[in-house]
Order: sequence, then structure tokens, then C-alpha cells
Amino acid sequence: MSKTNQKVKEPIISIKEMNKYYGDFHALTNIDLEVNIGERIVICGPSGSGKSTLIRCLNRLEAHQSGSVIVNGVELHQHMKDIDKVRSEVGMVFQHFNLFPHMTVLENCTAGPMWVNKVPPVEAHEIAMKYLERVNIPEQADKYPAQLSGGQQQRVAIARSLCMNPKVMLFDEPTSALDPEMVAEVLDTMTDLAQSGMTMIVVTHEMGFAKQVADRVIFMDEGKIIEANEPIAFFENPQSERTKKFLSQVLVH
Amino acid sequence: MIKDTVTEDLLLRKPTFIAFLFATVLVCFLIFDPSQSLIGHLLEPALGDPDTSGLYGRFVTSFMLAVLMVLNLLAISLIPNFRLQVICVWIELLILFLSFFYSFDLSFEFIRSKIWFMVTQGIFTTLYVSAISIVIASFIAIIGAVAKMSSNGFAYAIASFYTSFFRGLPLLMQVYLIYLGFPQIGYVIDAVPAGIIALSLCYGAYMTEIFRAGIMSIDAGQWEGSRALGFKFSLIMRKIILPQSIPLIIPPTGNQFIAMLKDSSLVSVIGVWELMFLARTLGNKTFNHMEMLITAAMLYWMMTMVLELIQSRIERKYQKRQSR
Repeated sequence: MSKTNQKVKEPIISIKEMNKYYGDFHALTNIDLEVNIGERIVICGPSGSGKSTLIRCLNRLEAHQSGSVIVNGVELHQHMKDIDKVRSEVGMVFQHFNLFPHMTVLENCTAGPMWVNKVPPVEAHEIAMKYLERVNIPEQADKYPAQLSGGQQQRVAIARSLCMNPKVMLFDEPTSALDPEMVAEVLDTMTDLAQSGMTMIVVTHEMGFAKQVADRVIFMDEGKIIEANEPIAFFENPQSERTKKFLSQVLVH
Repeated sequence: MIKDTVTEDLLLRKPTFIAFLFATVLVCFLIFDPSQSLIGHLLEPALGDPDTSGLYGRFVTSFMLAVLMVLNLLAISLIPNFRLQVICVWIELLILFLSFFYSFDLSFEFIRSKIWFMVTQGIFTTLYVSAISIVIASFIAIIGAVAKMSSNGFAYAIASFYTSFFRGLPLLMQVYLIYLGFPQIGYVIDAVPAGIIALSLCYGAYMTEIFRAGIMSIDAGQWEGSRALGFKFSLIMRKIILPQSIPLIIPPTGNQFIAMLKDSSLVSVIGVWELMFLARTLGNKTFNHMEMLITAAMLYWMMTMVLELIQSRIERKYQKRQSR
């Protein structure tokens, strides 16, 4: 694997002592995490463990209540002025794709560059086609999202994020809403992206993907990071009882 | 609505239902006594003078009418084509209504002499007052809807006060308040602008709720997807949310426009020469009130039918776009 390419030890995301509450519910407890440029991180854990909440805090789709979250050198807080700039540099792929149904695939992809980065239309078109080719669906450019399969829609969503030329990509259970036969095409796209050196944080239940691609696997339960390790050590020699139990449940087949 | 693939038997194929229907119709006619009606006069050779034929005449005419009506219903129920059936029922109901109006003994001569003026002056004014008002109301509604969803206390307070006040007052009162109230603060306002302001403010309040519901019904994922790309609020609203809520907003807005077209008759009280004003004033001199009222009624009806047609066209266009 090309995991050994040299990485600059420079955190693009740095979370310190972060806590998040929903009312009285303590959703995330004392999260500490640093993500370096080029690093691929997979977050796993049972449902309700706070994995999605954690990565949604990284572009402030969710607010944290204490501690600090620094993304690309900018600390995220309630009264910040330039959240849109941070968000435009952090790509996010959602479980339910969240494509814009009233716009064609191409328009979905050109919208970000044109409206946020003020790229001229011709250039935005070129960028969009470049990334649609990269996710292998340039021929669908003029269709509407509803005309595509789930796997194709998710690949469009990945292309849409890439068009913004992000510094880091967040994936929030990108294959959970897909029919089984479409999971592979999306994972292949993501693996391809990982090999190109993109910094990625992926919340997923696909343990095969974690083994193959991740530099670090993080296990979360009840809003806490229980264990974080390199994939080989994580899968073959889990330290905590809860990790062992979780792995025995998801790796039975 | 999704139709079931299994249908029940027609009620009109069940003898008990037909008997029940016949009995009900017969009783109704007996109560209303149709012996003085057209049918009663047609039966005069058999029954004698309707004034003297008494209970017997009353029963026979009612019986004949009930038989005719049930036969008519059965005949219509035998038409196999749905469209044809609908058209038949429409025509029969229309004839019933028109004969009701006809029985008023109207002077068509008078109607003919005034109708051109009613169309050019009345319909024209009604339409342009309504059209301008619905456009202004839509703008108010977008702003009101956004303000009502805002976390800004001032915006929410002003918007909710506005909708509460203008939905809480009768439109007629708003028309008076604006027309007579502005001069009190030293600003004399013409009747037409006063009417437009009243209609816009009142319907803007109702449409605020329609727009708010339309915006709220868009999936939260659309907001998150847009924000994750770095879009600002106004951009998300203009390019992502509103275009998707417009197909949801159009049917109730069409309804509001049709309602406004008729409520615009209320501005006649401040002397705007729209359809209702003409209907009340044109017949005054010669006591042809009924003629003008019925003409205006028919004109209102025709306008709303045209609008309904346009509305369904627009709806179909958006449906097509969604199913692409």
C-alpha cells in the first residue's frame, strides 16, 4: 500500500477537550484528536456513539459547548465571521447525498466553485467535468439526481465536494443508505481518493475499507473515544473490552 | 390520491338505493310543492288548473318530477366514459342554475347595454388591483416567512405581530382603516392605492404562513449540503430552498389569488370602480339591481375558471419538471 508516503506532521484539524451536549444529554465527552495533512482516519462504533456528531462539529454543522476545534488554523466558535470560508475548504459527503434535486449533476458541481469561489462559468464547467470523470460518471452530467442510482448520486456528491478543492474530506456514513450492490463503487471512489493523498475522515461501518485504507482507526462509544490505533493493531489486538465486543459483532461474517 | 384497483359496485345499481333515492326526492318535492312550476303547468291538461288540483295535483307533479330525476341519474350513470359523465353533470347543473336566474325575469336588453362597460372598466380594474396586490403580497410573504423563522427577536416579533393583526381584522375594516386612517396623519390617499395596500397587507399575512410552510417542508439535508459547501444564507434561500418550495407554494398561492380576486370586491366600498362597484351602481337608476348583480356574478365566476385553468397548467408544468 502507498500508506508509507511521507507525511508532514502538521495537524489540519485539532480538537482539544471538546464537549457537546444536546440539552441535558452529554453527546461528546472530552474529545481530543489531531488529524495531520494526508492522514486517513476511519471512525467506527455502535449507533448513537457520537461518530456523526463528531465530524459534524468539524465544519460546525453542529456547535460544541466547550473545548476547542481548530480547522485549517481557524478556531470554530459561535461568533466567527468566516465560517463559510472554512466550510468551503472542508468537503463533506452525507449519508443521504443531499444533492440539489432541482439542478442537473453538472449544475450541482459548478454551483460551489461559481457561487462561493467566484470561478468563471467556463472554468467551473471544466473543474466539474474533471471531477465527474474522476468518479467515472461524466456521461451523466446533464441528468437530474433523481435519474441516477444511489451509488451514482453518492459519487456525484463526492465530485461536488471535490470541485471546491477541499483540504480535507469528511464522510458521514457514505454507504449506509445504499443498496448492497452499490457500496463497492462508492468505496472504490473513496479508495482512489485516499491514494491521491487526500486528507480524509470517514465515519463508516465498512471494516474492509478501514483495514485497507485507514492510517488510524478510532473506536467511539457513548460519546467518548475509546480506542485509536493503526488498523492492523486495532483489528488484531484491540485493547478495550468494548472494542473487542464491537469487533466481534461486526466481523462475524 | 391513489385509487384502489378494486372498485365497489355503483350505488345506482342497487335497487334499495334507487328506491331510497326516489322516496327522498319525492318527499322533498312534496314539501316544496312543485304544482305551480313549469312541470305543473305542462301537466295542466291532465290535472286541470294547478290552483285547484290540490293535494292530488301536488302528488302527481312531485311523482312525475321524482321519476324524471331518478331516470336522469340512471341514464348518466350508464355513460361509460368518465369525462363525458362529468361534462353531462356539469351541463345539467348549469342549466338548473341558469333557469333559476331566468326565472327572475331579467331584462337582457339592459344587461347587453351595460356589459361592455362592466368588462372594460370593472374586470380590468378588478384584475389589475388583484394582480398588483398578489405580487406585493408575495414579497411581503417571503420576508415575513424568513422573519418568522428567524432567531432575531425583533424580526420574529414584528412578523408575528403583523400576521396576527392583519389576519385578525376583517378585510373590510382594513380597507376602511387605511382609506380613512391615513388622512388622519395628514396623508390623503386615493381609493385605488388604499385598496391595493389593504389587499396586499391582508393577503401578505396569510401567505406568510403558506411560504413558511413551503420553506419548512424542504429537507434539512438541503441546508446542510449547502452550508457544507460554504453557501451564505441568502444564497441558500435564493438558489436552493425557494426554487424547491415554489412547486409547493404555487397551489395554495393560486387559491389565495382566486380568493383575492373576489375579496377585491370589498374595495368597492371606498369607491374603486371595479366590478362589484359597477354592479351595485349601474342598475340603481332603473331598478335593474338583479341584472347587474347576476352579470357581475357570472363575470367573477368566469374569471376564476380561467384562473383555475392557468393554475392547473402551472402545477402540471412543475410536476413534469419534478418527474424528469
